[in-house]
Parts: sequence; C-alpha cells; structure tokens
Amino acid sequence: MYFRHIESAAALAAGTTPAELSRRQFLKLTTLAGSGLTLGILLPGCAPAGKGAGATAASGPLSMPFVRIAPDDTVTVICKHVEAGQGVWTGLPAIVAEELDAAWGQMRAESAPAQVPQYGNFAFDPKGSVQGTGGSTAVANSWMQLRQAGATARAMLVAAAARSWDVPPGEITVSDGVVRHAGKARQASFGELAGLAARESVPSEVKLKDPGSFRLIGAGAQRLPRLDSKAKSTGTQQFAIDVTLPGMMTAVVMRPPRFGAKVQSFDATRAKAVAGVVDVVQIPRGVAVVGRDMYSARKGREALAVVWDESGAEKRSTAQIFRDYHALARGRDAVVAGQHGDVDAALARAAHRLEGSFEFPYLAHAPMEPLTAVCRLGTDKCEIWAGCQFQTIDQMNAAREVGLRPGQITIYTLAAGGTFGRRANPESDYIVEVASIAKATGGKYPVRLIWTREDDITGGKYRPLVVHHVTAAVTRDGEIAYRQRVVGQSIMAGTPFQSMIKEGVDPTAIEGNAPEQYDLEHAHVSWTQAHSPVTVLWWRSVGHTHMAFSKEVMIDELAQAAGEDPVAFRLRHLGKHPRHAAALKLAAEKAGWDRPFVKEPGRGRGVAVHESFGTVVAEIAEVTVKGDQITVDRVVCAVDCGVAVTPDVVRAQMQSGIGYGLSAALLGKITLTDGHVDQTNFHQYQVLRINQMPKNIEVYIVPSGNAPSGVGEPGTPPIAPAVANAVRAATGIRLRTLPFDLAAARKA
Amino acid sequence: MSIKVTINGEARELDVAPDMPLLWAIRDHLQLTGTKFGCGMALCGACTVHIDGQATRSCTTPVAAVEGKQVTTIEGLASPAGKAVQQAWIALDVPQCGYCQSGQIMSATALLAGNSKPSDADIDAAMSGNICRCATYVRIRSAIHQAADTLGAAPAKA
Repeated sequence: MYFRHIESAAALAAGTTPAELSRRQFLKLTTLAGSGLTLGILLPGCAPAGKGAGATAASGPLSMPFVRIAPDDTVTVICKHVEAGQGVWTGLPAIVAEELDAAWGQMRAESAPAQVPQYGNFAFDPKGSVQGTGGSTAVANSWMQLRQAGATARAMLVAAAARSWDVPPGEITVSDGVVRHAGKARQASFGELAGLAARESVPSEVKLKDPGSFRLIGAGAQRLPRLDSKAKSTGTQQFAIDVTLPGMMTAVVMRPPRFGAKVQSFDATRAKAVAGVVDVVQIPRGVAVVGRDMYSARKGREALAVVWDESGAEKRSTAQIFRDYHALARGRDAVVAGQHGDVDAALARAAHRLEGSFEFPYLAHAPMEPLTAVCRLGTDKCEIWAGCQFQTIDQMNAAREVGLRPGQITIYTLAAGGTFGRRANPESDYIVEVASIAKATGGKYPVRLIWTREDDITGGKYRPLVVHHVTAAVTRDGEIAYRQRVVGQSIMAGTPFQSMIKEGVDPTAIEGNAPEQYDLEHAHVSWTQAHSPVTVLWWRSVGHTHMAFSKEVMIDELAQAAGEDPVAFRLRHLGKHPRHAAALKLAAEKAGWDRPFVKEPGRGRGVAVHESFGTVVAEIAEVTVKGDQITVDRVVCAVDCGVAVTPDVVRAQMQSGIGYGLSAALLGKITLTDGHVDQTNFHQYQVLRINQMPKNIEVYIVPSGNAPSGVGEPGTPPIAPAVANAVRAATGIRLRTLPFDLAAARKA
Repeated sequence: MSIKVTINGEARELDVAPDMPLLWAIRDHLQLTGTKFGCGMALCGACTVHIDGQATRSCTTPVAAVEGKQVTTIEGLASPAGKAVQQAWIALDVPQCGYCQSGQIMSATALLAGNSKPSDADIDAAMSGNICRCATYVRIRSAIHQAADTLGAAPAKA
C-alpha cells in the first residue's frame, strides 16, 4: 500500500512524466504480437537472442510481451518480477498455463527485460512506471494481466487452427497443450501452430475462464512442481555471482567503519602491491579494490589504508539509542497516525490498565547470496547483471552515476539468492557501487562487485530499531481502549519515496496497527520519527514485523485480563474483520484449540492473527521451555490469500515466513558499540538453523474466490507474537524485547 | 606455483596462491560456480564440497591442502546417494531461492553415505552447519528421509 504514489516519485527522479495509458494502449502492451520487443536474458553464451516478435515464417514462434510459444512446444512466460525464492517463476507461468490450457510440462519462465511501462508493477502504481518486486505484489498485480495474455495467446492459436483447417473457431477445443477439431479429426500442438498464430490479428477482447473451471490453479488443484527446482538442485541455476564475462575483474569495497563516515584520504601503495590487484579507486561510498579474482581483491582490501572523516558519524551504542527512543516515546513530539473514540476517558475509567514497553533491534536481511552485481560500461551503454528487485529505480540511479540516460542502462535480471527486501532499495546501493567502479576504472573491463558476508552484516539497510509504548484496557462495559506510541526511523524520508509520507507519517512505520485490524472502540496511534545515520530499509513484511508483535501480545494480555480465552476474545473483537475471523477459526480448529492443551511443565501454546499486504494469516505455536531455552515444536498456520494460484508455493512461503520470523524472534539482532556494528558474520549475527526449525508446520488455506493477494511476506508477522504468547502461557513470563531473552525477562 | 588437484574425477592444474581458498579456486579459476560463497568462515555451509568423500567447507580450505585429493562438487555429484538426494530435492520442491542448496545437498549426501537411515537428531547434527535463509528446513528434513527410503529400497549396489 505504501507504493501507491510511487509514480510521482519515479517521475520526479527521472525528470519525466509517465505517459497516461489508455485501456487500449494497455491491451496493446500486454498482448500485442509484433511489438518488436527483444525478449530474453541476453547473457552471452547463455541464451539465444530473442527473435523479434511477429514471426512471418509459418514455423516461427508466437512472441508476445508476456508469452512466447516456440516451435518446440515450449511456452515461456516472461516474468516481470524477480524470482528470489518466493516462487514467481512457478506462480506466474501457472496463471498463463491455466488460461492457455497448456500442459504444465511445456511451461518455462524467464526474467523480463527492464522496460516500463510494459513490465511495470501495476500494484505499485496504475501506470506501470516502475518495474519492481515488493510488497508481496507479484501474483496479485500479474493476475489479470497474465490471464489476459494466456487467453489471448490461446485465441490466436485457435484462430490459426480454424483458418488452416477451415472450421469455425467455436468448434475447436484446447487441452493440455493440444488444439483439436473433433469433427475433422484434426489436432496440432502449440508449437506447430505458433508461426501461423503470429500472423493472426490480436483479438481486442478475450473471454477469461470462469474460476470454477480452473484445473491447474486454486486450492484444490494438483501440485504443480516448481519450474526451478531442478536447476536449483543441480548447481546450474545462475545467480549474479556466477556471471563470468571475458576479461571480467572482481571488486570489493572498503566502506566506512561507522554509519555516516566518509573517506578523508587513503593510501593504496600496499594494496596495489598485492599480486593480482589491478586498480584501487575511490567511489562515493568508499574505496574499491579491483583484482583479477576474489582472492586478490580481498587481499588488496586487507592491505588498504583509509583515513575516515567520522565527524558526521553515528557514535552511539544501541543501548543509548534505546534510551533515547524511550525518552522520545514519553515526550510530546509525535504525529497522529490514527485515532477514534475517546481513548483517554476510556483508559481513565478502566479498572486495570496494561502497560507495554517493547523493544525491537536493528535486523540485517542476510540473504544467502551476498549483494553482487556485474557491470559492463561502454560509451553510450551500460549493462548490469544482478538479482534486481527494483529495475526502474536501479536504472535511474545507475544512469545518474555513470552519466547516461536510464534507457541506456540495460539490466539483466537474474535469480536472486534471497533478498527479503534488501535488493530493493531506493538508492540502489550495490548497483550504484558497481556502476561507479566501472566508471572510475574507465570501463576498461567488465567488473563484478561482491559484498562479503561481513560487508553485508555491517552494511546497514537494516530493519529499523523501534520502540513501542502501549497502554490498553478493557473497560467495565467491555470496550477496548488502545493507545500506542511508535518511535523509529523513517524508511522513506529522504528517498524518492518521500512523497508517500502523508501528514508527517511514514506509512511503513505504523502499518498493521491495532485499530486497523480489530474493532477497537477507542484508539490512538502516534509516531515519533527518530534520526540516525544508520541506514534502514524494508525487511520482509516491513512495519508489520514490529506492529503485529505488540498488537498481538497486548490483545492476548487483554484477553487474559478479561478472563477470556485468547481465540474467543479475538473473535469477539473481529466482527468487522471476517477474513481475520475465518483464518483464526481455521487455525484454531486444526490445532485442536478447543481441546485442553497437554499440561506439562514448560509447555504452552499461543496464537496470533495478522493481515499484511492483503493476506490474513493466523498462527498457533506450541512451545517447550526448558530453563532459558525456547523450542517451538509445532506451528499451525491458516492463510487467506484469495485464490491460491499454486497452493504448494503458498505452503512453502508460509513455512519460509515462519522460519524467517522465528529467526528474528529467537536470535536476530544487530547492535552497535560506539557506532561500530558488533556483529560481523553468522557466528555473531545468528540465524535460524535446521535444529531450531519447528519439526511440524501445518499450513491450511482458507478457500476463497477472491483475487489473489501475496504470500511472500505475510507468514512472517504472526510467528513472533504467537511464540511470545505461548511462552507466557507456559511460564507466565512476558516477552516484550526482541530477540527473546528469557533470562533477562525473568529479571525484568 | 602450480597445484595439482582432482576435481570431479578430472586432473586439473591451478596456477594460484597456495593459500587461496578452494572455493575461489574452483569458482574463479575453473568456472565451477555451483559451489556458493556465503560467509567465508565455514559458518553457513553454502560452499560445501566433498574431499575424499567428506563434507568440507571449501571457503576455509586452502587449495594447497587438497593437492592429491579427490574433490567432488555439485557438478560432479554422481553417487547413488547424491542422485537420490537430488531426486528427493526436486520431488519435494525443496529449493526456494536455491542459493544454499548445493551446499545442503552435498552435506545431505555425505550424511547418507555414512548413515543409511538417519534419525531427526542425526539430520540436525549433520545439517545444522548449513544455513538456509528461506528456511526450507522442513522440506530438507523430509527430502533426506525420502532419499534414505529410496536408497534403502534400491537393490544393493555392487
């Protein structure tokens, strides 16, 4: 939802006004054959250059912006969203395959070129002026577009068959990739008809299937195997770090030791003496060492001496930052994000008020593929290979860096080795770095930039450090009063997304707050923007990572204070939120919530329900607490994401979101000492491992005929509060600081 | 200085510094990119290869240390256990982003080579050195059990 005004931000950054697209133009862009587009990832030696669309030979392909049907019967879906594990290379082809009546085995996926508005994200803005992946929008925003594309390709195959067999199109059937006419006993494969179909005119209207007749997609459908499992199980999937170009060099960058510091001077003498080092250059973000391989580049960086200007740097420790934020939370300076009823009067007349003070640390995304990009710079052209998540923004930022126009920046989007938001950043940090190195070295050679894990963990763009103060109560007449102050940095301030800050509130700071998600009679939510040179960014589910936690923990405590069952209490206050209620009921039913939980010492179960990015997820966690050790034994998850396009991918994303959220709940934190990041690698920035993953995660999909919403992020927000509520049920201890530290909480 | 190594059954010569990590020697100098860089400190397992059949982190193994030894990477994985693991991985759609999966598969294969019927605790012990940020762990566990079942059902290899 925070991408709503992105077009103005993008236009501002580009210095252009995005053209208004009429419906007719939209149809042309989404379905037109013969648009002259060159399709495919043009990695040298990796793929044939796409043939211009609109083949004239009867044996040629049918090439359209989103679908290419080749003579060999393969149907390739051109995916405008990056495949980062969330399954778009399976989900998007499934939508096309459904309307096309293709066989799943003939489907393929590839990344779209970076080109707007053809491949713009209509969930970000209706004009498609920004291509990018985020906010769990991929399937949601491609849903109608790809159904249309699939149905159009089908209609053109049918028209070609009708013409060639001299039969009415209405008598032709299509199933499993075969076009048939029963009366004349004729049949042809898609590949056989593709060249002829390309000569047909593009229909202006196509009839989409009735969802009741879907056979490949939807909750009841058979599992469609992922299209990328084989490549990813044999080491053949290509990531940016695997790109090799003739003459390519490798770069690493020495960046400031504290956030906000700058290069004052550097001495490259020793670095340049390292065998294999070819260049040492200053770039806006630090000093780059370029070598003939990763080994020499790293050795060179170790030998580099940089003097930093730290006058504007963050020198606080995180303990101090938390103290400062608590002081801000108690202060008057805040903007109101939402209010209704009379919260102060209601709190005043309540018999018991609950106070909650919550702390959330900075978190690194730590995708398994560290940030990597390859750049080849020419005089009027710049090519970039990366697991790009924000192609249009990356084009604009790279163009500014190298002095070209955005249209002169060609991006080859490769599979990303995880991102969780990290590769979508408004300043395109790693893309700009590789471009600036290419520029500083005069484009002499293609250059591959690799961030080491230490660069990644200490490199910022963290989930913001946040403090919440909550006061809540159930009044004698059963009304809920909820007052919350949120303190944290803004993700959008000072970026091209600034225009999305409305009336002083960064929507990513307070999204998913309690009055949005429950029927609360009296509520007041306010936000105080904090400032620090530490850089922050959206991290899988963004503001929901912390807002869901305090909400679901406080609601649980209100239920307890009211002497009510946590599920029954929630349901009573979800009257205006039927999808929340349905997901919660399904999870409770499957978890056996109405049966007494095994009463063993240290065992407990807890619940949470939360909507993010249009998807509602309820999770029930069962835990065992031994000493200060929390083990999550079982998680029951119910999800309402509209039509579940590929249900097994939905299940996988719930498992993944739960694991990612649990990692933050049990282990994750970035801390600073005098401004220096304390964690450098996975021994200090600990992440969830297989022995800490719940052995048993059950995912249930709420049946729905609504248009699909996303699943990449919504599994994450409910798990931390569900576990905290389970721990409280097991031990009585209230966990309000993340990551959970039972020993510290016992003393508190 | 030239270092002789056997990679995936093939004798190769590497003209690199002897302390270059095996990971970067095979990635940057032999273009075998299936083995991944994740941490550089043997903390995440993305770089796991087999050295004389043992699962080993190539990011902290100097190339000189494997002189005269048999190195197997994901590209050369051909053992019955390796094939069974890969088949199970594909059948259960284990991968998400897929970046860590070469390392996961090399660790799982080494586990099954030495333990034909691993328990959940055995899997925890053998696999907890391999991080997956997509948290595909539930399916990794299932796939290892499935591969073990496949291998157990297959006729004994000569």
